[in-house]
Amino acid sequence: MLRVAPYLVAAILTGPVLAGSLGALIPSFGFLPVLGQDEFGLDAWRALLDWPGIGSSVLLSFVSGIVTAGISLLLALLFLAVFFETQAFIWLRQAIAPMLAVPHAAAAFALAFLIAPSGFLARLLSPWATGWQRPPDLLIVQDELGLSLMAGLVMKEVPFLLLMALAPLAQIHAGDRMRLARSFGYGRVSAWFKTIVPALYPLLRLPVYAVIAYSSANIDVALILGPVSPPPLAVQILRWSNDPDLDFRMIASAGAILQFAVTAGAIALWILAERCIGWLARGWLVSGKRRTGDAGLATLGRGLFPALILASVLGIAALALNAFARVWRFPDALPGRWTLGHWQSVAETAGGPVVATLWIALLTTLLSLVLVVCVLENERQRDARSGRVLEFLIYVPLLVPQIGFIFGLVLLAELAGAPPGGGLVAAGHVIFVLPYVYLSLSEAYRRQDPAWMKIARTLGQSAAGAFWRVRLPMLLTPLLTAFAVGAAISIGQYLVTRLLGAGRVETVTTEAIALAAGGDRRLIGAWALTQAILPVAGFALALAAPRLIWRNRRGMLGGTR
Amino acid sequence: MLYRRGFAALTLVLGLLGGLSPASAEDASREWKPVLDAARGQTVYWNAWGGDSRINAYIDWAGEQVEERFGISLVHVKLTDTAEAVARVLAEKSAGRTEGGAIDLIWINGENFAAMKRNGLLFGPWLERLPNNALTDPANNPDLGLDFGVPVEGLEMPWARARLVFYRDTAVLPEPPATSDALLAWAQENRGRFTYPLPPSFLGTTFLKQILIERAADKSAFYKPVSEGDFAAVSQPLWDYLDQLHPALWRQARSFPKNAGGMRRLMSDGEIDIAFAFSQSEASAGIDSGELPGTVRNYVFDGGTIGNVSFVAIPFNAAHSDAAMVLANFLLSPEAQMRKQDPAHWGSATVLSLGQLKKEEADAFRGLDLGPAALPADKLGAMLAEPHPSWTEALEAEWVRRYGVR
Repeated sequence: MLRVAPYLVAAILTGPVLAGSLGALIPSFGFLPVLGQDEFGLDAWRALLDWPGIGSSVLLSFVSGIVTAGISLLLALLFLAVFFETQAFIWLRQAIAPMLAVPHAAAAFALAFLIAPSGFLARLLSPWATGWQRPPDLLIVQDELGLSLMAGLVMKEVPFLLLMALAPLAQIHAGDRMRLARSFGYGRVSAWFKTIVPALYPLLRLPVYAVIAYSSANIDVALILGPVSPPPLAVQILRWSNDPDLDFRMIASAGAILQFAVTAGAIALWILAERCIGWLARGWLVSGKRRTGDAGLATLGRGLFPALILASVLGIAALALNAFARVWRFPDALPGRWTLGHWQSVAETAGGPVVATLWIALLTTLLSLVLVVCVLENERQRDARSGRVLEFLIYVPLLVPQIGFIFGLVLLAELAGAPPGGGLVAAGHVIFVLPYVYLSLSEAYRRQDPAWMKIARTLGQSAAGAFWRVRLPMLLTPLLTAFAVGAAISIGQYLVTRLLGAGRVETVTTEAIALAAGGDRRLIGAWALTQAILPVAGFALALAAPRLIWRNRRGMLGGTR
Repeated sequence: MLYRRGFAALTLVLGLLGGLSPASAEDASREWKPVLDAARGQTVYWNAWGGDSRINAYIDWAGEQVEERFGISLVHVKLTDTAEAVARVLAEKSAGRTEGGAIDLIWINGENFAAMKRNGLLFGPWLERLPNNALTDPANNPDLGLDFGVPVEGLEMPWARARLVFYRDTAVLPEPPATSDALLAWAQENRGRFTYPLPPSFLGTTFLKQILIERAADKSAFYKPVSEGDFAAVSQPLWDYLDQLHPALWRQARSFPKNAGGMRRLMSDGEIDIAFAFSQSEASAGIDSGELPGTVRNYVFDGGTIGNVSFVAIPFNAAHSDAAMVLANFLLSPEAQMRKQDPAHWGSATVLSLGQLKKEEADAFRGLDLGPAALPADKLGAMLAEPHPSWTEALEAEWVRRYGVR
């Protein structure tokens, strides 16, 4: 089992993506026999490159990938620098989970309503502070530069990177490094960036690439916060593939291939920048300067972190208010009349979707977790990073834009005679859940000190016994975190659920997005909260469980607190 | 004249069926019985837009009814865009799945119908097999035989009539601009208070067509494939108009709402003063739910507004075409159409011909309260027919070329 695990995982990750991508690549060269197109040619590519605004779309996707990742990473590192081993740090660990668990679409709705000219902030301030009786005609949400889009993405990606950074902190002995640097007189921020970041960043690299890929190719957030005309590339591809004129499928296919190039290009540029910064920073690291800009950066971090939390909380609060509002006119700060009607409508229809969401999330995450543990244990036992290749393969589903290969995937399922439904949807979710479970777990797993296993063996445990009784229990927190991350990913899946299930599989996410098309913000609020409750509950459990299970074994809770 | 082709086809079909003679009525019922028998126990997967909880509730109700009466289960597959269903059928055809397909019935509009018909993705003809089809009086309602100018030829069933209506808050705007010229002048005086949904969204493109039809000198070109005329010359009045209108729009036309729901939300938030929809009930429902002020009222342009018919169709490889037909026939029954027209449930206009109904049924339709915002039927003005579907694509492409880039 252990030996085949890497191959199995590689097949799960690449098979469908490869097949699906071929399903995009081949039509992009004009071959789609069902439409009577069976001659290869470059028409679709010409049409794609001639498309009005395609340059802006590409640039927008590229820039939002790089900028979102850059800002998110800097903020995450700065917050850790400022709060590491303080009282607030413990609180921060707990605040991350709910922030992370809110699905992207829900968070984007929340932000959109928060900052729009007729939004929650404007209503709180009008008319007493602004003098606005009517909302001003300002383009804030869906601005051309994609600023609101990037802000929405950053709000979601900072918690993700924070979470990804927390696990390895113990392994790189962050506490010791800090104490040592501080004892040499380095300021808190300088000490952090000079002694911890160089060791931490290599462990954060993969999650950062995932952020770039997601930010440059996502659809949920871009649909809500991105500029509408020209839109980010992924949204434009979605429009093409939704065009009733079926010839547009071929342009969409070419667009999907282009999207792949854009995402890959953004990551390549990032890697280049990594090298440059690494090289440039060498001198600074050993310069002996102990507090360059320390005070200013610390203040910035202390100020921005509450701002980020406050924006998230206010946004969600605004969504919640909408979900109970019957009448809420501008510029009223609060709804004028209240109702439970939206929740009633949710309650009437949510039962089936909640059950489907849960079983699919639990099943796919459990399966993914078992596979990932097998891969990691295999790697550990052979003491080789069979990893290198797999490491890249893990990223394949995160790098190839969903919109491109899922159409091909549906084709594949059809050819295999697999009936659309829950089973197929769950299988599709594994492709996306598995990488995130791997990302969440792998570093913690690898960094576990091999000495523990040796000690267990010298105490008379069999290899299997040491694995079950020492290794896994010591990894309980990362295992549960990975499970919660995986489940949250599964719960948030839209396209794959929709297409592989032929729409027959209703989850809270498909319901929420179907209703979002109708535009009633109050109903969207109720559904978005319903959609958020499940993953938030998952993270709460993942946080609480180790404390319950190890309430008599304080040492098991890890060294990072 | 516009409808000559479809009309001829329909008269021909009707002649063949001879729907009114007693003998063939028996024939029809003899043909219908096996369909009912085959449908019992089947599950219909109905792909229909799922963006409105009232529409979803209506479809649930229809499901309960056909379950009870015909032993058919109904699963509503909630789409955000009808093209998703087209893509699904296409993928199935690519994979060689010519039977047992995942979709049994699609709520469809002209563009998607034309695309599916052109690519051989439809089952049928089946419309004439439905007993309730006669209630639409097809011989005297030629508009039911055409979907965006494309002959239906029995491949889909008319389900509802829709009309483009504008709405505004009478407390803010008692005398709304009711021509395209007046709208332009008003927008320029009230900058940022009007917008339209982003083409190629259905309603956004409809707005382009509305303006185009109103401003074009010769309207006959719209009802032929666009390739047969001089598109640049015919469409020029629209672009001249938009060039003037755009700087005065909400956000100076740098952003647009996505669809009717997005525009209604802008109205609800007080960001714009005039909105429009493809249904009389949009504004009334908004008032009922508290989204719009109680003083909102519908109005139409003096020169008339675009109207069309929406349909349901069965894919060529539907696994349960019998049950889909039984469901469709039920949707066409006076009872189902009555509930659909009732704004308390949905509020979309019937395709039935009241003259074909029993007197009390017809009276019930006439007596319906259409909601606070609705115009009475005789105030709806002239109906402008949808241009040929090829216009949709040409207008959308040109719009993107002109306004989709910055």
